[in-house]
Amino acid sequence: MPTLLVVGATSDIAEATARRFAAAGYALQLAGRDKAALAAIAADLELRHRVAVTVHRCDVVEAEDRAALLGGLPVLPDAVVCAVGLLGDQRENETDSVAAERVMRANYEGPALLLGSLAEAFAARGTGVIVGISSVAGERGRASNYVYGSAKAGMTAFLSGLRNRFGKTGVHVVTVLPGFVDTRMTAGMAVPPALTAKPEEVAQAIWRAVERRKDIVYVRPIWRWIMAIIGAIPEGLFKKLSI
Amino acid sequence: MADRVELTGWGLYPRRPTRLRRAGNAAAIAALLDPAGMIARGNGRAYGDPAIGLSTTIDMRRLDRLIAFDDATGLLVAEAGLTLAEIIDIFLPRGWFPAVTPGTKFVTLGGAIAADVHGKNHHGEGSFRRHVAWFDLLGPDGVERRCSSDEHAELFHWTMGGMGLTGTILRAAVWLRPVETAWIRQRTIPTASLAETMDAFEANAAATYSVAWIDTLAAGRSLGRSILMLGEHAGVDELPSPLAANRFARRRGPTLDVPLTPPISLVGGPVIRAFNALYYARNRSKAGNSLVSIDSFFYPLDAILRWNRIYGRRGFVQFQCVLPLAAAQAGLTTMLSRIAASRTGSFLAVLKRMGAEEGPFSFPMEGYTLALDFPVGRRTEALTAELRAMTRDHGGRLYLAKDAQMTEAEMSVLDPRGLAFARWRREHGLAGPLRSHQSERLGL
Ligand SMILES: Cc1cc2nc3c(=O)[nH]c(=O)nc-3n(C[C@H](O)[C@H](O)[C@H](O)COP(=O)(O)OP(=O)(O)OC[C@H]3O[C@@H](n4cnc5c(N)ncnc54)[C@H](O)[C@@H]3O)c2cc1C
Repeated sequence: MPTLLVVGATSDIAEATARRFAAAGYALQLAGRDKAALAAIAADLELRHRVAVTVHRCDVVEAEDRAALLGGLPVLPDAVVCAVGLLGDQRENETDSVAAERVMRANYEGPALLLGSLAEAFAARGTGVIVGISSVAGERGRASNYVYGSAKAGMTAFLSGLRNRFGKTGVHVVTVLPGFVDTRMTAGMAVPPALTAKPEEVAQAIWRAVERRKDIVYVRPIWRWIMAIIGAIPEGLFKKLSI
Repeated sequence: MADRVELTGWGLYPRRPTRLRRAGNAAAIAALLDPAGMIARGNGRAYGDPAIGLSTTIDMRRLDRLIAFDDATGLLVAEAGLTLAEIIDIFLPRGWFPAVTPGTKFVTLGGAIAADVHGKNHHGEGSFRRHVAWFDLLGPDGVERRCSSDEHAELFHWTMGGMGLTGTILRAAVWLRPVETAWIRQRTIPTASLAETMDAFEANAAATYSVAWIDTLAAGRSLGRSILMLGEHAGVDELPSPLAANRFARRRGPTLDVPLTPPISLVGGPVIRAFNALYYARNRSKAGNSLVSIDSFFYPLDAILRWNRIYGRRGFVQFQCVLPLAAAQAGLTTMLSRIAASRTGSFLAVLKRMGAEEGPFSFPMEGYTLALDFPVGRRTEALTAELRAMTRDHGGRLYLAKDAQMTEAEMSVLDPRGLAFARWRREHGLAGPLRSHQSERLGL
């Protein structure tokens, strides 16, 4: 039975992903900060899909926690999905460096260092799939969310580098760019339905990416075009726009 | 953040503004309490406005985790946002099925408890409440209470049928029933008149499931002619061998979707007339015994996702009343005559024999329940108002989970228990903070 490690397992996307893999018979390792919430999700997965689930408390931005997680996993998983992320508040981040640091560390430093270590372990074994959930916000810095976006840009570049490094081996790296997702974070927000994916849709896209060894996944393909257009706007013009 | 959205119930009518919030766990729900008037929303399968909060609506769908299951007793503990569809997908292959199910499986546990839903087995098994061991209710005071017939018993009983107006159900323990297969033995009995239909119901009181589809366009001597369907869970030895080999297999038929709402209703008079005539003729010819899948027996409409949209943008309303046994035949005759004369018809007209009344504010009472739906419009507004008056005249009441039109004055006559409920809510500090557009309309 293959095993999937889900980091940041209490997020809507992560939970949907865990269910998708459990439905296919994967055993699960759930890591996150809230042990009680993890236990509830684990009980659900065990009852729903009759798979084995272990839970691991870990705050990814803490070095000791990352080390403890890697040392404490009962088996080295076949795949890992990292759904850790923190949107934060852009306005607050502009003036409060502690808040900005938290966003940078949660979206880049912590996840990248953890996935980096797992990549080493996968490479030593010769197989493994790494799935990082980054963001289209990382493709161009914008006034409205560049602290978050820059950290996600770091994450995207890191994943791209890992993929390049392991291109000829059995270790595979997937970058997921979800776009808007209908999660607790966006409930009540006026997000355009045509651009907004359900967590289950993201989960299905991740599943397919792992099965079919895809590299970069836009959950809703239209985002590829949107970001291509935004990316093509000359900087001189871009700086005068508010998008 | 755009704060207010417009929501509707399943009938797409009425449309009301509210603040929509969602949370993935109980603690987050507690943080969303809104003293200006909030209500929980399950999967939005109630027809009118009961699941639209006056100020805030809490979408419970992400609280959908299983917590425990006892396969000796069939007691399932789960979060309130879990749907019966998910329960069936998970537990039918293990030999369990909801003890009571409404005509759609896309309802949540919370919604089933709050409306105290009934199924085709109400005459034998009662409503949902009979199969609830306990639930945890979050009050507007932020306190969580375990409610059962021993603990907070009063709150327990008012909640079942209380339409979300007693608190937010966070998790519940319900008994499932054991089944041997995913099949139903169906017996189809065409009847030629209302009297014959009712006689057939009474003669088949021992059937586990029973429901009749009425031809609402038949008038005169054939007024009330119906197709009565009886059902029993098939035992494994009752299945032909190819099915018995895989007794819990469910056929995944193609699901149709209605992706866009047409600007006008597709179910005008001629369509209904054609449908009714055809349905009656086809099923009449199928009289007798057959083996049907659980999905087609209980949830024929669920195969068409978002079928509510065929009624067009203006939406539609359901009219569902229950009439006490003694007055049922006279009342149904009056109503069906009026509907046949209107030549409006109803796409769906369902008749069901109900068992005894239970609980202080649940819909069912011993007698017959009639459910019809009509596209929204001036003509049908007058018709449904008349039907409400007829319900009153025959001592019946209306189902709040289907109601979008009743007025406070009508409610106080049709169901005086509402006054007691409203008083009880005031005494317990629930009337201010727990309010839906329906509770405002009905003065609950
Ligand atoms: C095709 C169809 C067939 C139907 N057939 C039947 C039938 O045969 N028998 C029958 O009884 N009903 C029937 N219904 C009605 C349906 O069963 C009820 O309206 C049910 O309450 C819908 O559940 P929901 O989860 O969608 O709840 P919603 O429609 O979202 O809410 C319904 C009520 O429950 C409350 N509620 C929801 N969740 C919670 C919670 N967690 N805590 C507190 N309150 C909550 C809401 O506030 C609201 O008052 C049918 C509906 C449809 C669309």
